[in-house]
Amino acid sequence: MSTQTPLAPVGATSLGNSGPVREQRRLPRFAPLGLFLAGVAVGALLSALTGFSVALTVIYGVVLGSLFVYLVSRAVEGRRKAADRLVTSLVTTAFAIAMVPLVSLVYTVLDNGLPRLDGAFFTNSMYRVVGEGGGAYHAILGTVIITALATIISVPIGLLTAIYLTEYGTGRLKKAITFFVDVMTGIPSIVAGLFSYALFTLIFGVSVRMGVMGAVALSVLMIPVVVRSCEEVLKLVPNELREAAYALGVPKWRTVVKVVLRTAIAGLGTGITLSVARVIGETAPLLITVGLITGTNLNPFDGRMATLPVFAYYQLTQPGTATQAFLDRAWTAALVLIILVMALNVVARLITRFFAPKTGR
Amino acid sequence: MTATKAPTEPPAQRTVRRPGDRIFAGAARGSGIFILLVLAGVAAFLISEAIPALTAASSEIPDGKGLGPYIGPLVLGTLLGAVIALLVATPLAVGIALFITYYAPRRIAATMGYVIDLLAAIPSVVYGFWGLAVLAPKLVPFHAWAADHLGFLPFFAGPASASGRTMLTVGIVLGVMILPIISAISREVFSQAPALHREAALALGATRWEMIKMAVLPYGKSGVIAGSMLGLGRALGETMAVAIILSGGAGATVNLISNSNPSTIASNIALRFPEATGIGVNTLIASGLALFLITLAVNMLARWIVNRRADFSGAN
Repeated sequence: MSTQTPLAPVGATSLGNSGPVREQRRLPRFAPLGLFLAGVAVGALLSALTGFSVALTVIYGVVLGSLFVYLVSRAVEGRRKAADRLVTSLVTTAFAIAMVPLVSLVYTVLDNGLPRLDGAFFTNSMYRVVGEGGGAYHAILGTVIITALATIISVPIGLLTAIYLTEYGTGRLKKAITFFVDVMTGIPSIVAGLFSYALFTLIFGVSVRMGVMGAVALSVLMIPVVVRSCEEVLKLVPNELREAAYALGVPKWRTVVKVVLRTAIAGLGTGITLSVARVIGETAPLLITVGLITGTNLNPFDGRMATLPVFAYYQLTQPGTATQAFLDRAWTAALVLIILVMALNVVARLITRFFAPKTGR
Repeated sequence: MTATKAPTEPPAQRTVRRPGDRIFAGAARGSGIFILLVLAGVAAFLISEAIPALTAASSEIPDGKGLGPYIGPLVLGTLLGAVIALLVATPLAVGIALFITYYAPRRIAATMGYVIDLLAAIPSVVYGFWGLAVLAPKLVPFHAWAADHLGFLPFFAGPASASGRTMLTVGIVLGVMILPIISAISREVFSQAPALHREAALALGATRWEMIKMAVLPYGKSGVIAGSMLGLGRALGETMAVAIILSGGAGATVNLISNSNPSTIASNIALRFPEATGIGVNTLIASGLALFLITLAVNMLARWIVNRRADFSGAN
C-alpha cells in the first residue's frame, strides 16, 4: 500500500506546485486514456479503409493508442515517464486481450447451448435416438458416478499423504513425495488414461471397458491436486493448537483427527471441491477407458458408460443424419459441463465462507 | 515443526507407543509411498504395454514404416503446437501478472485474478468446440494474409487453409489454455518481490516501470521461466482441443498454415485409440510413453527451478 503512494499524481503535483523543485509537467489525469481512445478511433478508421473488421481495429487501435500515449507523454513529461505510461498501456492491454477468449467462449457456449437446455435433455438418454430429441441423462449420471468413484479413491490417499507431509514427514521421503507429487500434477490426462487401460488390460484381458477404469485414470490426475491443496491448508493450522493438545496428553493421531483436521475442515472442503472441478471436465482419459454408449449404464464395473465430456465430443465430431440436432446436443452438453465446473467453484468459495473456523470469541 | 517433536525428546522417560498412533502414522506414510508407487506404476505399465510395439517388425506398425517414422512427425507436431502456445502465452501472462500485482486498483485486483483463473476451469473439450466454431473461421483471413506476405518463411509457406484448422490455430488455443498457469505462478513470484527493494527503488525516484524493471523482474525471472515450463508441460499433453481443431495426420512439416499438419501425440491417441486393435494399441501406448517421458522431463526441470528459487531467494 505504502509503496504506491509516491506515485499518486496528487502527491507529485503538490510537490511541484509548492516547492522550489523544478516544475514537473504532467499530463492531466484522464489524458492518457483519452489519447489511447483517440488511437483506437484512428485504428478503426484505418481498418474501415480496407473493409471494416474488428480484429484489425483492435490491432491498429492498440498499436496506435500506445504510440499516441508514448509520444505525447514523451513530449510533455520526458522519456522515463513516457516509458512508464507505455508499459502501463501494454499490461492493461494484455489483460484485456486475455478477456477476449473468455468472453467469446462463454458467449458462444451460451448462444449455441441454450436452445436445447430443456427438460428432455436432463431426462432422456440417447437410447434409440438417431435424430432430434434425446438428451444426456445417461451421460450426466455417468459423469457423476465416475467422478464420485474417483473422489472416493483420491481423497483418502491424498488427505493421508498431506497429513504425512505436514505432521509426520521428515528427511528424504518427505522431499521425494513433495517433488514427485508436483511432477505428477503435470502428467498429461491422456497418459493417465493409458495407464489405467494398461493396468486393467493386464488384469482383465484386452479391450476391456469399464467405468471404474475411468475413475482410476481420473484419480491419477486428482490425487496430486488433493495433496497439494490439503497440504497448504494443514500448514496453516497454528502449532499452538497441536502443542495445547499434546500438553493435555492427547495422542498424536487424535490430535491430528480432532484438532488439526477439524480446524482445517473448511480449507480441506474447498481444496477437495476444487480438485473435483479439475477432473470433472476431463475427456481424454474417459474416451479411451470408458468409451460411450447410447443407453443408461449405472454400473461402473460392467462395460462402457456414457460421460458428459465424451458425449459432447462424439455429438460434435460424429453427427448423424440430423446434423443440427447433434450439434445442439453437443453445445448444450458443453454448457452443462461449464455450469457444473462453475457451480463446484462457487461451492468451494461458499465452503470457505461458511465453514471457516470462528476467529475471535 | 521442531516444537511438535518436543514431547518425544525427553530421554528419561520412554515414550508410549500407542497402537492408534502407529496405525495412523503407518497409514499416512503408506499413502505417501503409494503415490510414489503409482507414479512408478504409470511408467511400468506403459512400458510393459509398449514393449510389443518396440519389438515388432516395422511392417506391423500402422502405416508400415516402423515405430520411429510413426512417432517422429507426432513429436514434431506436439513440439510445434506447444512452442507456439508458449510464444503466445508467456508475454501475455507476464503482462497480466504485472497488471494484477502492480497496476490494477487493489480493491479489484483479487477479482481480476479470479477471472483469469476461470480460464483454467473451462474443460479442454469446450476449448476445442470454441476453437473449431469461433477462432478457426476468424483466423482464416490471417492465414491468407500470412501466406501472401510471409510466405518466404517456411512456417507460412502455405497454401493457406480455408478452414483455419491448422497448427497455428491450435497453438493459439493452447496458448489461451496455458495462460492462467503461467500468469498464476508469475503473479505469485511478482507479489513476493521484496518490499524493501521496491520501496528503495521508488524512494530513489524510479517510475513504476523502472521499479518493476529493477526490483520485480530480476527477482521473478526464474518464476516466470518455471511457470512457462509448467505451461509447456500442459500444452504438450493437451489432447481434446487439439483432436477437435486440428486437421492433422500428415507427415512432418513445419508449415503452420496449411491443411496438412502433423498430428500431436496426445490427439493422435485420442483419435485412433477407440478403433485401434492389436499392435496398433501397443504403438499408441508407445507414443504415449514418449509423451510421458517428454512431459516428465519438462515438469521435473520446472519444479527443480521453482524449488531452487525457494531455497536461495531472500524472501524466506
